[in-house]
Formats: sequence, structure tokens, C-alpha cells
Amino acid sequence: MDEEDLRGLIADVRAGKLPRRAFIARMVALGLTAPLATQMLVHSGLAAEATPFDYKPTKRGGGGPLRVLWWQAPTLLNPHFAVGTKDQEASRIFYEPLAGWDPDGNLVPILAASIPTVENGLLAEDGKSVTWKLKKGVTWHDGKPFTADDCVFTAAYCADPATAAYDIATYKDIKVSKLDDYTVKIEFPRPTPYWADAFVGARGMILPQHAFGDYKGANSRQAPANLAPIGTGPYMFVEFRPGDMVSGKLNPNYHEPNRPYFDTIEMKGGGDAVSAARAVLQSGEYDYAWNLQVENEILQRLVKAGQGRIEIIPGGNIEHIQINFTDPWKEVDGQRSALGTKHPFFSDPAVRQAMNMLVDRNAVHEYIYGPAGIATANFLNNPERYRSKDTSFVFDVGKAAKTLEDAGWKPGADGTREKNGVKLHVVYQTSVNAPRQQNQQIVKQAAQKAGISMELKAVTASVFFSSDVANPDTYTHFYSDIQMYTTTMTQPDPGQFMLQFVSWEVAQKSNKWAGRNITRWQNPDYDALWKAADAELDPVKRAALFIKMNDMVINDVVVIPVVYRPGVAGVKNNLQVRLSGWDNDMWALKDWYRT
Amino acid sequence: MTRYIVRRLLIAIPSLLGISLVLYTILALAPGDPFGDLASNPAVPPAVAEALRQKFGLNDPIMLRYWHWLMAMLHGDWGFSFVSRVDVDQLILQRLPTTLAVIGASQVLALAVALPVGIYAAIRPYSLFDQIASTFAFIGFSLPTFFTGLVLILIFSIQLDWLPFVYRADISTPGLLGVWLHIKQAIMPVMVLGLFQGASWTRFVRASVLDAIRVDHVTTARAKGLKERAVVLRHIVRNALIPVVTLIALQLPTVFGGAIVTEQIFRVPGIGSLLISSILANDTPVIMAVTFIFACLVIAFNLIADLLYGWLDPRVSYS
Repeated sequence: MDEEDLRGLIADVRAGKLPRRAFIARMVALGLTAPLATQMLVHSGLAAEATPFDYKPTKRGGGGPLRVLWWQAPTLLNPHFAVGTKDQEASRIFYEPLAGWDPDGNLVPILAASIPTVENGLLAEDGKSVTWKLKKGVTWHDGKPFTADDCVFTAAYCADPATAAYDIATYKDIKVSKLDDYTVKIEFPRPTPYWADAFVGARGMILPQHAFGDYKGANSRQAPANLAPIGTGPYMFVEFRPGDMVSGKLNPNYHEPNRPYFDTIEMKGGGDAVSAARAVLQSGEYDYAWNLQVENEILQRLVKAGQGRIEIIPGGNIEHIQINFTDPWKEVDGQRSALGTKHPFFSDPAVRQAMNMLVDRNAVHEYIYGPAGIATANFLNNPERYRSKDTSFVFDVGKAAKTLEDAGWKPGADGTREKNGVKLHVVYQTSVNAPRQQNQQIVKQAAQKAGISMELKAVTASVFFSSDVANPDTYTHFYSDIQMYTTTMTQPDPGQFMLQFVSWEVAQKSNKWAGRNITRWQNPDYDALWKAADAELDPVKRAALFIKMNDMVINDVVVIPVVYRPGVAGVKNNLQVRLSGWDNDMWALKDWYRT
Repeated sequence: MTRYIVRRLLIAIPSLLGISLVLYTILALAPGDPFGDLASNPAVPPAVAEALRQKFGLNDPIMLRYWHWLMAMLHGDWGFSFVSRVDVDQLILQRLPTTLAVIGASQVLALAVALPVGIYAAIRPYSLFDQIASTFAFIGFSLPTFFTGLVLILIFSIQLDWLPFVYRADISTPGLLGVWLHIKQAIMPVMVLGLFQGASWTRFVRASVLDAIRVDHVTTARAKGLKERAVVLRHIVRNALIPVVTLIALQLPTVFGGAIVTEQIFRVPGIGSLLISSILANDTPVIMAVTFIFACLVIAFNLIADLLYGWLDPRVSYS
């Protein structure tokens, strides 16, 4: 699909021939994110409409307590120190950004009065600046007014390297200035297609200048408000025990009418996912449980108790197998998998194609993950109702064997195929995690039938995902032939995500294995496309570039997508929640209510 | 006596230094990284994680880091958690009341079960009561706490719906109702831990009392015509309890350390769960502080046990 096709589809949406949702679905199936798809429509003059949420309560409060269970306990309440999602979620109870992302990828104003567009003049046509109009009459929990100064301060706070904010990259190159008390302008150093990063979503939560003003930089750790947040959110801070629980009470001056519904909120942390599911679905002690990474069979059994339901949250996480393009067994200059070496057999495209046909995605979906892991052919994906019908994948041992046979890989004495003395012996590594080990078995069985012998290796998650330079078992060292894990894709723009295949990001000894390109695949055409997309302001052209990049990676079998993993949450029957896979679970806590 | 105590305290200094050095080195050499989350998130440039490591001094050589830690510790500064950026002593203090209440109650329960059952079983060895008590004791310490914990949850929370299985340290309901809620949620964790501990202590008390029963002075006491009750309490139990007291004194530091597995099952916000979550997050300052305090307590209670021994048993002298 190229730019012209995209324009055609957009015209169909305009003419009413193609529903918006269907358009977004097609885009997502092509490997784009919902926010980018929506951006294309907006850019083409089709105004965005946030997915309406049916909020019933007619007065503020009166809903009693809301109890939510996070099986990873929140450890801090400063959103800009919040490395883990659990901490972002806990901070989001109290703090708010200017806008959040709804499930269809629309920007929804929260502390902003409106969403900037080129039409309303707030978004510069050259992509070098954006102006945000702030909502008036919003107060912090301590009664002080919320103004543009707070936005300017938050940006400066995060941009200061001494503050050690995790989202420094979002703020360090932009210039934020106050036009008047309720208007801020962000200037970018160069045309920036993805302008909705600063002040938006998880990285955009605004801090009050009066509480953090003295604690910017080196003494950021000492701010009392780090442990007792003062925000603008629907609930006010009551108590925090790091690693255990956070509680809040209704904010009587919340800036939206009739909200919030609950009188108190309690977020309890710790334990494990299975018992969290049990506390919501079976015993009903809690109202909501986050991220239920539980075997499907157990979840289904718990749902039968009739206390609660499972909500599937479409997002962009993908469990995939990466193929090593360098030689993991040859040591060059103190490192293996070094650039300049060639993988003994995966450098042959036929072997990669065969490997692609040996991953039984349907079995993985059906027997391991259920609705929490949907078989997919694309590197980026979304749930079934959005999926385009023309994407497909094959699982065919016979065809894989034939592909290998045709390419000259003949079975040796021990049944393993070989060519010119090179045996198809694959070492397959992943992290220790029951579903992943089951997946390894499924792949191994199919591979052996096709004449590829496979050795399985499982590394403890804390080692596998660490950035330890000295440890050869981390995923970035990639000292094996193939490996599997999930890349999380919570950020709404695919730009950063697709960075993991560009040449200059290859993880090597020289960059302490901190590069993003783990497969070490290099392709100048891809690099050119990425650079073009990075500067392309027209979302339609940009989308076309991303689709091309996605196709290159898939067609060349650089990675083998296995299952798309949407978020899974447990919700008590009478609780109404508003969730989005492109933002935190708590992004619209203000709208939650009980029937 | 004073000289003995001083000598023991002086010996404790090099042992504590040695322990801290070993702990620190092992933690520093262990794989993992407190900023691992950042590394696997494609939206965060690697430079950010690197800057954080730099800021928190994680890139310095181990011995230098140990030296910094030791000097700060001597000044009473326990450092701060990399993960929550909160001072370590604050984190520990916050968890101490719950830990002491839950683990303390379970130890009391264990003692309340072990003493009477163990003594009664020993003075009537191989009776029906002894057989039953022994059977239950064996079952008690053979079943791991994670198993009994889950069984109790299934019975009392899921099937009968009598008790909550998520422990909340923040219950603020005033009056008797609040007290009852606190007790109610503590019943299951206390039972699991107390009965597990009680089972093994029962065996220990029984063996110890059996030893003391066969001694000559007991026969003499009986021959004198003393009442059975006096014989048991004054002549048998008092002597039999000397080793038991030592055992309990050595067990007390664990009250501080918490119970990692049980705390995890019932979500009790104790020191055990702090330790395990810090280990999982590679939060070295917290792991270091908890394990080091634990080492100090073990050494201190060892000394106390030795002193108690001398007080209980006049035959022991410290000169």
C-alpha cells in the first residue's frame, strides 16, 4: 500500500464509504499505531472525534470506595521518575497531562481547552511549533490555580539532567514558553511530525511549580511532594506506603462536572497475578486488577465464578522471535555477534523463510495465551475486530522442509540438514516464563520435523532484560541464533519503535550493547525510509513510509512475529471503566463509575 | 561478666565488617540492574539509563562504592532506594509495625501451641495424645507455608467467604470494628506461620522434656512424695526449657526479617516483602540495609542467648 492508496482510503472515509473505525483498523493491520492513523484523518480535514464514553452519574461523589489491585506495587509517586508502568499508573490518580490518548488513538483534552490542529491555528504548518490553550479555572489540590507557568516549569524540570527524570528525552530539545497565563508554546528544533509527546499521556503529567520549584535538579529527590503528590486529578492524596499501597479521596473541586464518582480510591500492590485475578473475579474483594498475565485456562475458570469480567485492552505489544544476522559463535575483538560477521546459515534467506513457516502461531494463541495473545503476521498489530483480512501467515512443516531442500540444505546422517559442512543447529533463547518455555517447545518440535535441530535456553528475566555490560546472557548481547521476547509499544508514535532496525542503532561492544537494533540487520534502504519518515510532516506520506518499513522487516524475515499481546484487566461486574492501550489504565479514572 | 560482654562486642565489630563486605560484594557482582525497565523500553534512549547509573554512582568500582556505603552507614545515613527514591530507614520503619504485629503474633501462637502440647506429650510418651500430637506436628512442618496458605485462602476466603485474603495495613475504621478488621485479616497469615513454627517447636519441646524426665533428681523428687504438678513444672520443665529458650532467642531476629513467602501470598506489607521486591528490582541499598540489620540482630541475639544461658543455668560461668 503506498501513499496513493492511502489517499484513496481517506477519500472513502470522507465520502462516508468507509467507517472511521474500519480505516483505523486497516492502518493498524499494516503496522501503524491507532494514533498515527487518526492523525492522518485529522490532517486530511476529517476532524477527530473522541470515542464517546457514556458517563451516567449525575452528581459528584456518593460512589463509596473504589479498590484496585496492582500485583506490582507502586514504589513512587512522581510521574517523571516513574520508570515502571505501575508507578505511572499510581501517579496518574493524582496528576494529569494536557491530553490523553483514547482507545482509537484520538487525543482527548484533559487539562487543555482544545486539541491543537493546523485548522484551529495552534499547530504550525511547518511542524516547528505547537501552541496549547489551557483550561481555565483548574486548581491544584491545595487550592492554587493551574497556569501556563506550571507547564513551563514541568518541561524545565524534566529537561534538567540533574533531576534524573526518566522522560528527559521528551523535553530536553524543546523550548517551552508562556504566551499568557493560559497559553503555552512548544518550539521544536526541527520539523517534528510527532508533536504530541511533551505534556501528553504518561510522560506529560504536569507538576505544580509551587510544590516542586525548589526541588529541580540535584535535590529533586528531597521534594516532600514526591511522596505526597499535589495534582489536579479527580482524587486527592491521602496516604502512600511505597511498595504497598496508595490511597486518595474525592477532589471536591475537580474541573469536570459530576466527577469523580467514588468517594475514596485505594490502590493495593504486591502479590502475584493469579491471586489478583482471584480477588476480583472470584472473591470480589477488589474492583479492578491490572495486567492479568495469567494462563488463559485459569482466567476462564475464575470468570465462571460470576463476580467479574475480563477486559481486553488493544495496544501494541508484540511477542516476537528475532533472528541474528551476525555470527553468535565467533569471537571478534572481545565480542560475539559482532558486526562484520555473517550468520553461518541465517544469512541464507531460504533458511529464514523456512523458520518463519515453522512457528505455529495458532497453537501458541490457542493453547497458551487465549485472548491475551493473538496470532499475528505483522510486527505491529491490534485486536481481531480491527484486523485486515489480507494479512496471513503459514505454518507448514512440509513447505519449510521443501524450501530448505531446494536451497541445498540436505539431511545429514543424524537427520539435521547441512550444506557445505554447516549444520542447521539453532540455539533459541528467551526469558524464564512458563508460556515462553511452552512456546519454545512448540517451535522446537516443528523445527526438528523439518530437519533443524534446536537447543533451548531460558535465562532468568532479571538477567535477560538487564543492561549489564559484563553479562553475555542479556537480550542485547544476543549470543544465540534466535531469541524471543515482547517489545512493549505503549507510545503512540511508531517512530521510536521502528528505530530498532536502523543501521546506526546496532547493539555492539562499542556502545555497551545499548543500541536498539538487536538483530543487527542492516539495510541502507530502510535507513533512508526511516530518515524520511522522521522529517515527513504529512501524516499520510509518513504512514506510507512506515508501512513500507514494516513490510521490509517482515518480508526479509528479520523478525518472526508470534502473538500480539493486548492488555488484560479484571473488572468487577458492576464497574464501568474507560481503558486505552495507548495510554495508562488510569488515563480516564475520572470517568469510572459503578452501576 | 562485664569483661565477657565487652569482649563479645569487640569480636562482633570485625564480624559485622566482614559480613557487610561479603554482602556488598555479592550484591554488586550479582546480575541485574535497577534500571533494567528502562533498557527494554524502546521509547527511552539508552543515554537516559546511563545518566541515571552515573548519578547514582553505579558505575564506580565496587570497593569505592562499598567505602562510600560504609562511611554513610557510620554516620547513620542508610542511603536511599534507587527504585522509590525514598530514604531506606523510612521504608523500613514504615513496614516495621506490621511485621512485628503479624510475625510477633505468629511466634506467640507457635509458643502457645508448642509448650503445652510438647510438655503434655512428653510426660505421657506414646499415649494416644502423643501419637496424635506427633502426627500433626509432622504434617505441620512438612507442609510448606505457600501450600497451607493457598489451602486456607481457598477454604476461608473463596468457599466460605469468612476472611479477606488481601492484607491492608491502612484500615482506619475507628473503634472496636477497626480492631476486629485488623484481627480478621491477620488470622490466616498468623495461623499459617504460627502453626508451621509451632509444629517444629513442639517436637523440640517434647524431646527436651523427655530428656529431663529421665534424670535422677526427678526420680528423687517423686520419691520425696512431691505432687506430680510440682515435679513437672519445677523439676522437669524448668530444666528442659533451657535449650528451648536459646532456640527461641535465636529465632527472634526472624521476627524482624519477616516471612517472605507468606507475606507475598497474603500481600502483607512486611519487611519480607520489602526484601523480596527489592531483590527483584535490584534495589541494592534496601537489600543491603535489610540484610545487614538482620546480621546485626543475629549477632546481638546470639549474645543475649549466651547471657540468658548463664542466668538460667548456674553451672555456666563466663570467667
